[in-house]
Amino acid sequence: MTEWDKTKPILEIENLSISFFTRLREIPAVMDFSCTVMPGEAMGLVGESGCGKSTVALGVMRDLGKNGRITGGSIRFKGRDLTTMSEEDLRHLRGSEIAMIYQEPMASLNPAMTIGAQLAEVPMIHESMSKDAAWKLARDIVADVRLPDPDRILRAYPHQLSGGQQQRIVIAMALMSKPALLILDEPTTALDVTVEAGIVDLVKELGEKYGTSMLFISHNLGLVLEVCDRLCVMYSGEAVETGNVAEVFDKMRHPYTQALFRSIPLPGADKNSRPLVAIPGNFPLPHERPPGCNFGPRCDYFEAGRCDATEIRMAEVPGDRHGSRCLKFAEIDWDAPLKAVKKVEKTPVGEVVLEMDALRKYYEVGSGKFFGGGEAKVVKANETLSFSAREGETLAIVGESGCGKSTFAKVLMGLETATSGKIVMYNQDIQDTPIEKRSTDTVSSVQMVFQNPFDTLNPSMTVGRQIIRALEIFGEGNSDEERRARMLELLDLVKLPREFGDRMPRQLSGGQKQRVGIARAFAGGAKIVVADEPVSALDVSVQAAVTDLLMEIQRKNRTTLLFISHDLSIVRYLSDRVMVMYLGHVVELGTTDQVFSPPYHPYTEALLSAVPIADTRVTKKRIVLEGDIPSAMNPPPGCPFQTRCRWKSEVPGGLCDREVPPVRHLATGHQIKCHLPDEVLTKMEPVITIAAE
Amino acid sequence: MLMFLSRRLGIMALTALCLTFVVFFLTNLEPNLEKLARSEGSVRMSDDQVTSWLEANGHARPLIMRYGEWLGVLPGWTRDVDGSVTGRCIRGGLTAETAPTRCGVLQGNWGQSSVFKRPVGEIMGRSLAATGWLMLWVMIVMVPSALLLGVLAGMREGTRTDRALSTVAIATTATPEYVSGVILIVVFASATAGISPVLAEWGWISGRTLFQGTATSAMDKITFWNFGLPVLTIALYGMGYIARMTRASMTEVMTAQYIRTARLKGVKFRDVVIRHALRNALIAPFTVIMLQFPWLLNGVVIVETLFNYKGFGWTLVQGAGNNDIDLLLSCSVVAVIVVLVTQLISDIGYAFLNPRIRIS
Amino acid sequence: MEPLGWGGIFARMAIQFWPVWAALIVTFAVSIHQKRKLGLYGKLFDSPIGMIGFAIVMFWVFTALFADLIITQDPLVQISSMKNKPPGEAAPEGSSYAYYLLGGDNLARDVFSRMVMGARRVLAIAPAATAFAFMVGITLGLPAGYFGGRLDTGLSFLANLVLAFPVILLFYLLVTPEIRDTGIPIILAAVLFIFPVIFFITLFNSRYFTDPPKRNLFIGITLVLGLWAYSGLAFNMDPLGVWSMDPNLLNVFVAVVFVNAPTVFRIVRGIVLDLRSRDYVAAGQTRGEGAWYIMLWEILPNARGPLIVDFCLRIGYTTILLGTLGFFGLGVSPESPDWGSTINDGRRLLSIFPHPAVVPAFALMSLVLGLNLLADGLREESLRD
Repeated sequence: MTEWDKTKPILEIENLSISFFTRLREIPAVMDFSCTVMPGEAMGLVGESGCGKSTVALGVMRDLGKNGRITGGSIRFKGRDLTTMSEEDLRHLRGSEIAMIYQEPMASLNPAMTIGAQLAEVPMIHESMSKDAAWKLARDIVADVRLPDPDRILRAYPHQLSGGQQQRIVIAMALMSKPALLILDEPTTALDVTVEAGIVDLVKELGEKYGTSMLFISHNLGLVLEVCDRLCVMYSGEAVETGNVAEVFDKMRHPYTQALFRSIPLPGADKNSRPLVAIPGNFPLPHERPPGCNFGPRCDYFEAGRCDATEIRMAEVPGDRHGSRCLKFAEIDWDAPLKAVKKVEKTPVGEVVLEMDALRKYYEVGSGKFFGGGEAKVVKANETLSFSAREGETLAIVGESGCGKSTFAKVLMGLETATSGKIVMYNQDIQDTPIEKRSTDTVSSVQMVFQNPFDTLNPSMTVGRQIIRALEIFGEGNSDEERRARMLELLDLVKLPREFGDRMPRQLSGGQKQRVGIARAFAGGAKIVVADEPVSALDVSVQAAVTDLLMEIQRKNRTTLLFISHDLSIVRYLSDRVMVMYLGHVVELGTTDQVFSPPYHPYTEALLSAVPIADTRVTKKRIVLEGDIPSAMNPPPGCPFQTRCRWKSEVPGGLCDREVPPVRHLATGHQIKCHLPDEVLTKMEPVITIAAE
Repeated sequence: MLMFLSRRLGIMALTALCLTFVVFFLTNLEPNLEKLARSEGSVRMSDDQVTSWLEANGHARPLIMRYGEWLGVLPGWTRDVDGSVTGRCIRGGLTAETAPTRCGVLQGNWGQSSVFKRPVGEIMGRSLAATGWLMLWVMIVMVPSALLLGVLAGMREGTRTDRALSTVAIATTATPEYVSGVILIVVFASATAGISPVLAEWGWISGRTLFQGTATSAMDKITFWNFGLPVLTIALYGMGYIARMTRASMTEVMTAQYIRTARLKGVKFRDVVIRHALRNALIAPFTVIMLQFPWLLNGVVIVETLFNYKGFGWTLVQGAGNNDIDLLLSCSVVAVIVVLVTQLISDIGYAFLNPRIRIS
Repeated sequence: MEPLGWGGIFARMAIQFWPVWAALIVTFAVSIHQKRKLGLYGKLFDSPIGMIGFAIVMFWVFTALFADLIITQDPLVQISSMKNKPPGEAAPEGSSYAYYLLGGDNLARDVFSRMVMGARRVLAIAPAATAFAFMVGITLGLPAGYFGGRLDTGLSFLANLVLAFPVILLFYLLVTPEIRDTGIPIILAAVLFIFPVIFFITLFNSRYFTDPPKRNLFIGITLVLGLWAYSGLAFNMDPLGVWSMDPNLLNVFVAVVFVNAPTVFRIVRGIVLDLRSRDYVAAGQTRGEGAWYIMLWEILPNARGPLIVDFCLRIGYTTILLGTLGFFGLGVSPESPDWGSTINDGRRLLSIFPHPAVVPAFALMSLVLGLNLLADGLREESLRD
């Protein structure tokens, strides 16, 4: 390939349209999309699911499958049009000039080939490199992505690596031929936040080192802020705003971008004084897009007869290659403060309703019972859990995978019984009562909202039927008619139209399904609700609405909400108290303010630093944890966090390796499990600082 | 691995015990024994005579005892009538003194066939050898063609090649051996129908039929003309099934993310299929091929009956049709062992092909 | 009279089948017209493969239904001059139809009419036996997959035990005249036939236990109908004499159910293992729902796709099994027109008179092919969107 003029764009997409063809109709997935990526530049592609951002990436790779087709526009890579290129030429480009990194690292690696073979293949194809040279190169690159013991890794199979390591291998594979353009499709979505932080750092560093341009696709505005120079916001198949990161974040010129920022919990938002503003309505289905502006029906500035009259083109906005697909961007007062949002009084907290005391849950795994043999391993899913929750309070339980939060929920619900310890609910010991033995009252007063909206409802039963079933079980209502009326009231409560009672779950969107899940949980007048990541699978604009709904019902019913989440932004926004868990231990517990400001537990500190925040005013101290979360089957001795702790050297005598730290009370209601001496704790600096406005 | 093997062998032994006991129970039911008595003694025996015959031959004792004797863990029965001692193990020139106490399967004594009037061990040996050849050729024909068919069809899902090959595969699975065998005989080995009369008229074949309609002569010497049809009959039925499994597995693998990764690395389509897809796609069919054995046994029984080939299946039919208890029992032992061993091989092979299982 | 040529034979057969054509046309016209409202069944008409399969299957179903209108001769009557006559031969004066359309068999019976009547026999047994196998497999597979543990180990061991038997050996042991004297088939039938009753009682009880009057009504109906049929089918002791099964047939039926049930068990168990970790199952558990409600009302309806597909395939397989039984002359009377035993009768003179064996062979093959194509179409459509 000839030397490329570094001043010209690497990738130029002009008026690209992509459609998928089904038996019934043509579904346009991307329409009139344009963007330019300069050498060494990182371009972010942001939008909610279904907005077409991944389709753009696959379009660039010309890998749209049987049904997808580019119906218009051009994609020029280093001046050559990819849309008309032959398969053979494309093949030479793929992997060597343009490489891609995918969302699910496990699925992207061939399970039956060693890592080395998969890596070495790339230069062997494109540069006709000898096998030995290719393996040597692979070894260097593996070291480059900071994986320990490269030789062992090269001989390993994908399943022998952890998720974070696998993603590093996928990155290494993409870098094998030093591509000019790297496409990253949600590269960290499947990973835990602390692992994500490491990957993001790596991508940034390698991008600079090799001078690679990047197309970074993500739904997370915070991540885009950390990685990218420029971004392009997509909505329903169209780019609605594009520009450099600072301008789009601080001086957005499209109502959708603005609404998006108002709906995510940034530092400073508060559920009582500064609540989030949800975007009304739903994302339009690809074949039900409105005429004119796609965002029109949900837009605050919508003007009938103008916004829905004609196709709207991208318009130039003053600034650094800034553009907006809005007819009215010049007329709108972008700095106007939010219209008076209703502020609500903080709900007073009542009596203690739930108390856990030194709760332990151990599992035995690995022994075949039928023929014996094999040592039984004990998994300590929960280790001496103690806390209490009051009426009307929101207690957040924060932690990454394997921290034991789901087990805790199971024990509380009675799906499992505790190994030892106590659970007292309304002055009743329930730790040893499995759910079959609990009274209907007890069962109906603790209910759960589940994480995955696509899984939480039975796909073959109508929505109404599922709610009515809960009413029947909880003994609500005396006749079918009464229960049906009550079901309709519950639909009102979660703000769903009453017709939804007769719909099947597949006809509902994710957010609507989640609302049904909430209605079902409150069918028996639940007093304690365990919400297991209730919004993490939803799009940001829907998250705010569902969170709001939960808060509103909580205020009305004075429900105690146990909010399980890994997302610290939302936790800070809505919870009164926070409990941080790591490998089955409660490492920190306190009010939201206590937990979010120093002194921290070292794990809390790292967690806070790892969460991307979509706010240009925020500066964060960068703390990247080494390695992965240890397996709960095989936890480290001593303090569970000692393998990744950056403060470990401050504790004298190797105490961390030997002993599990005791619980220490730092202030009223604030406790941590750490060996660090007081003077070190007091020295800690805040992780997040917000620049004064 | 050792753990796994010993556990598997344990389960196998238990299964074999249970199964042989069930067969023993079913073959030694009262009516069956009566029939045996009448066929061994005389057809016109009275009921009393039957009872005494059964007693004299050790059949009138508890089932579990007889099973133990057959197995060889209990001592064989002896009976002293007026000084002449008879017993299970006293036969073939042995006297009460020289005969061993136990003589069951574990001692290598499989009993005497009542149909063929010869030791079962000998009959089984001969018929298993005959069936071995049949199975070998079936495997040689069936497995490669099925895999090829499946891979070609599954490589590019939804294309015309795929549709055509899939339909062929479905058609062959829909044709049981007794149907395809009949059709093949009519087409290739009938003197009045099919292509043979035409070929004979043109003088292309010397005999009256192209293929031979029976495989009896293959017992002595296997030729293409006497063995082709039986092999094809069994292979066709199994082939469709394996091909469909391979196709399903191949299409699933071809839509997997790692295949996209390979494609977007710039790997040629041919190499994507051969290097990346094939091994993953063959894991599932491999187990299917192995688990196919019990099914092939069915085919063997039908085909050997249809083509009059005196192998294991033919022997089984003779034994079952004539209530030859010892013969039937050893047939079932063999069948059960074949099935269990193939299951074991399938598990081990699966672990070998799938690195995910091998390591753990 | 002159024998008919092949053209004449096919033309006359096509005319004989007129009720089948009429019914097929009506079925397809209505279904295609309404296909958007009919769910999975409607989607079948988007897939050419599925439509062809459905057409073949329905052809045989209607043939079985209208067999009395289609046959040209009494399938059991022997006209000695027609012995082994080739297709199209004219029948002597006085018989009910002028020709033996597909010739005569070695007992001088009309091959065409026997083939048509055979469809009725096959289609009466195969779907019913498959349905019973599904009842047994589902009732045992659900708890095995859901509870796991010892129960699963035990049931799986039993299932594998049955599966490790070569089918033919099992048939030779289970379907013999001698075994009928011992009453083993009746015991087996008593065990296997009770499963549908258990299934429906748990089905209704788990759902309606919150509403006792309704529950009692449903369970009462199930008990009355179920036990009535049960007494007749398993023990031949129906007081009203409506339900009964010929002992020969019962023996065959039980053997086929017994062979099929373990495979269904394994399929159901596999699906349950997959579905039981879903959130809606957890939601059921957390509201204190009983295990059987979750299995029967939350899990089973969501397993219907693969189960329907397997049901079609399994009817085909059962047809093959029934044919195998006939082929070995097991459990059927020699008079019976069923396809397997007709093939068996015909194979002795196969190389001289092929038609008596080839006709039922083609019939059986086409039915199984149709079922396989139908299953394939269903599978493809249920995976789509």
